[in-house]
Amino acid sequence: MMTNQGNRVTQGQFSFLPDLTDAQITAQIKYALGKDWALSVEYTDDPHPRNTYWEMFGNPMFDLKDPAGILLEVNNCRKTYPNHYIRVIAFSAVRGVESVTMSYIVNRPKKEPGFSLVRQETEGRCIRYTIHSYATDKPEGERY
Amino acid sequence: MASETMKEGKERYKSGVIPYKKMGYWEPDYKIKETDVLAMFRMTPQAGVDAEECAAAVAGESSTATWTVVWTDRLTACEMYRAKAYRVDLVPNTGPGTKTEAQYFAYIAYDIDLFEGNSIANLTASIIGNVFGMKAVKALRLEDMRIPVAYLKTFQGPATGVIVERERMDKFGRPLLGATTKPKLGLSGRNYGRVVYEALKGGLDFMKDDENINSQSFMHWRDRFLYCMDAVNKASAATGEVKGHYLNVTAGTMEEMYARAEFAKSLGSIIIMIDLVIGYSAIQSMAIWARKNDMILHLHRAGNSTYSRQKNHGMSFRVICKWMRMAGVDHIHAGTVVGKLEGDPLMIRGYYDTLLDTHTEIQLEKGIFFEQDWASLNKCMPVASGGIHAGQMHQLLTYLGDDVVLQFGGGTIGHPDGIQAGAIANRTALEVMIMARNEGRDIWNEGPQILQEAAKWCGPLKAGLDTWKDVSFNYESTDSPDFVPSTTASV
Repeated sequence: MMTNQGNRVTQGQFSFLPDLTDAQITAQIKYALGKDWALSVEYTDDPHPRNTYWEMFGNPMFDLKDPAGILLEVNNCRKTYPNHYIRVIAFSAVRGVESVTMSYIVNRPKKEPGFSLVRQETEGRCIRYTIHSYATDKPEGERY
Repeated sequence: MASETMKEGKERYKSGVIPYKKMGYWEPDYKIKETDVLAMFRMTPQAGVDAEECAAAVAGESSTATWTVVWTDRLTACEMYRAKAYRVDLVPNTGPGTKTEAQYFAYIAYDIDLFEGNSIANLTASIIGNVFGMKAVKALRLEDMRIPVAYLKTFQGPATGVIVERERMDKFGRPLLGATTKPKLGLSGRNYGRVVYEALKGGLDFMKDDENINSQSFMHWRDRFLYCMDAVNKASAATGEVKGHYLNVTAGTMEEMYARAEFAKSLGSIIIMIDLVIGYSAIQSMAIWARKNDMILHLHRAGNSTYSRQKNHGMSFRVICKWMRMAGVDHIHAGTVVGKLEGDPLMIRGYYDTLLDTHTEIQLEKGIFFEQDWASLNKCMPVASGGIHAGQMHQLLTYLGDDVVLQFGGGTIGHPDGIQAGAIANRTALEVMIMARNEGRDIWNEGPQILQEAAKWCGPLKAGLDTWKDVSFNYESTDSPDFVPSTTASV
């Protein structure tokens, strides 16, 4: 079990808050659409802090401007992967940004075992650190 | 017009002393070139010195002039090398009938060939080199500069930049959170790392050395680095987030700074730190090292207030921001508005814009006198540090926006229930405020209520709010903008 606040992976914008309701997710989607950002849904069962590329639940929805439609995609992903981490991501294509502008988790595994820190002692007192996710000891798709 | 103000030929080069205005440094009809470096100074001329002559003297002494006529000018294309003062305005609310002696805004244009590419040292040796000591000016302050695209393109710019820093850290859509380890002096390496671990595990993204933590008898630098990196990685494993600690590599020599930076890299640190006092060239060198080694480079502005705070002397902090973005740092302390350190809200917004814009328009109310195209130079992350706490979150977010590192040092470590609780309070306050703002709530007015609502389910936030509820630093700013919104007089 994780021992930090909330006993959970705290990536994303809102992990210190209670789990988001559909209404709250929709409000954030509206905010992104209001800025002309494209939304995307991604999922993973490897929450390593440097696992950049979560699986895409379809391409970013560049042309979908209806918050209800996007929430539908979020919920489809939740139904398909009920025990995975799922996040909503927003992308800005504006020059000078051209990157991710929002990222918040909307689904989690029921149990989050967290990570171990592997210390490899090297020269002198130096240590090489590896952050290891307990869940990834099992094959993809069988982790949570 | 130029011929009226300037003598020419044999007459111009007769041995002796002639006014700067007549030496070619005052040219009111000058047509600004796209490639010119522009500077705007606030001048207080000595009694009896004409403002235009004073501006010409500033232009002269910051470019080619000496106090007397030299024939050797005639061996050069001296017309081009002379800086040209082209505009002088009386500063609003100064001069006869006011409480302040007359000050003037003097605009000066410099040809790009006056400067060596990629050298802040060379640029500054001209612009702020000799000129501040000249007797003809009682006081002088560099207010703003326009750096032409052609010259900007010779600089590397921020080693990492805001966008890439966020991508590397996987943190989007909110300010980053940090804190400076306290007490800044005296902790052993082991005790110091404890503070780092607690705060990062609690929910901060960064911890930080202070400006004067280098390698003292109570804690040598290698010990600090080793303990801090254990804390960083342990906190990362405890939260599943990328975390960092700004390891201050400031030292007496470049050799020593490189050695410390290399050690930080070998331990897997994502960020190192330097102080402004190491000097412009040292900063540029560290920025090159940082780009080469995938390192975020944090700059503490130690020393800046000695020359940036007083309104009539030195230089505006926005110019330092400009130079530091060119020099290549990724973070710079740029004010909090509401905290313990100096700062008028609009002036600070001007610093933030200078660090973050891709294109800046003239905005006199923010102290920005020139349009500036940033030529795709990376953005530099402003850092707000000093006397801020969770109870001000709505104000901080409103004034400073999303692209900022909010540093709650005392506001984390001083929490009554411990350092982790302090970090939880700050992070929860931030997330709840971002969510409310994005939902369209009026956080400026509803902020305190939004925080109180969250405090009902977040004990650490409640304790933090109760502890710091009455803390504020309401002093008048020494540095505020002087501008007239229209052609009528300001109040």
